[in-house]
Amino acid sequence: MLPAPFEYHAPKTMDEALGLLDELGEDAKVLAGGQSLIPLLKLRFASPAHLVDINGIRELDFIEERDGTLRIGPLFRHKAAERSSLLASRYHVMADAAPQIADPIIRNRGTIAGSVAHADPSGDWGTVLLALDADLVLRSKHGTRTVKARDFFSGPFSTALQPTELLSEIRIQAAKAQTGGAYLKLERKVGDFATVAVAVHLQMDDGKVGSAGIGLTAVGPQNLKAERAEASLKGVRLDDAAIKQAAVLAAEAAEPKADQRGSVEYKRNVVRVFTERGLKRAYERARGGG
Amino acid sequence: MGQPITVTVNGEKRSAEVEPRLLLVHFIRETLRLTGTHIGCDTTHCGACTVLLDGTPVKSCTMFAVQADGQQLTTVEALAASGTLHPIQAAFKQEHGLQCGFCTPGMMLTSLALLEEKKDPTDDDIRWAISGNICRCTGYMNIVKAVKSAAAQMKAAAAVPAATAAVRS
Repeated sequence: MLPAPFEYHAPKTMDEALGLLDELGEDAKVLAGGQSLIPLLKLRFASPAHLVDINGIRELDFIEERDGTLRIGPLFRHKAAERSSLLASRYHVMADAAPQIADPIIRNRGTIAGSVAHADPSGDWGTVLLALDADLVLRSKHGTRTVKARDFFSGPFSTALQPTELLSEIRIQAAKAQTGGAYLKLERKVGDFATVAVAVHLQMDDGKVGSAGIGLTAVGPQNLKAERAEASLKGVRLDDAAIKQAAVLAAEAAEPKADQRGSVEYKRNVVRVFTERGLKRAYERARGGG
Repeated sequence: MGQPITVTVNGEKRSAEVEPRLLLVHFIRETLRLTGTHIGCDTTHCGACTVLLDGTPVKSCTMFAVQADGQQLTTVEALAASGTLHPIQAAFKQEHGLQCGFCTPGMMLTSLALLEEKKDPTDDDIRWAISGNICRCTGYMNIVKAVKSAAAQMKAAAAVPAATAAVRS
């Protein structure tokens, strides 16, 4: 299957890329890893007149922790996340998610930022960023703005990103001591999209929950943030009752649809069970275990 | 309309003018006439079209040929370039790691990349590495055996020159 014809641009600098996006507007799409975009183009679900391939801008492939912030560049690939010792040591929810994205060959090409910008409701990284309460930096020729992950997703494959903007950086508050996370994903087979997945990120503070982040995958029109469940945990001791209550609230936040992967009741129940398990695992990790 | 590209294919520089929408797999099969690379699902699922780009496995149905400009491409044809089977090919043959053979080129290139990185992979390492390559015949048992056997062969072969060098010095 061939995509519709397009004009190909391979800018070598960020300024050049932003200039092209500014000039081409809605006629252009940014090509990063291409593992979602190229299949879409081949199926002709999208047929932009121009592709702006950013793979030649090498400085966009980065991860760094600096001044209390973890920063991830638009060319940082799933495979690099899977192998990152930084993520494995303190960003458990990301380290858990990375090896569960698609399959190893796709992970060699696909990028975190590309997946987020693509905004598939069944995508994993958006959920992870919701749990982490990440900031997304959107850059255009005319300036830079920062949008919270929870304000970024606006529906299936829809985001706050304007055609002239590039998702230039993902920012996450640097993990402090007593931070733990987990990503649990149910899939029918390796490489499938999630039936349901849950992301949990916990910051403990003197034996109590300082803050909790809970994201839900594939149970709504977009990746969801279970805000009532998060709020129920703030400042409490994480005992079984608190965990159970948060899990019920997370299940209530889910808006699943029945499909070949399962019924509404089934998916909602998986959210509940995974939230419980995820909170327990995150808690254990926050205390230096698992 | 054509865009000039130069790709080092199995060690040899190849230049062509390609339409930007030309997929890498079509460039390989139709422009270069290297038909060992197979098109399976054409939807990024099956891994039959796997090739190595700068040594890394990629699905060539999910990249454009223009994106390979200036890079090193390895296809299955590189394996027996010297006229004798590569240890991975010999092991797939010996261990019955294939039946219909359609997935085999991709399976072998993914295995090659794995063995470049891990000389002595466990069954889990192998199953994990090939989890993006679908085989509908073998049930994978013999593929895993073949990759293990190839690993042992390659390790032994790598040890020989080292031992010879040690004797000489």
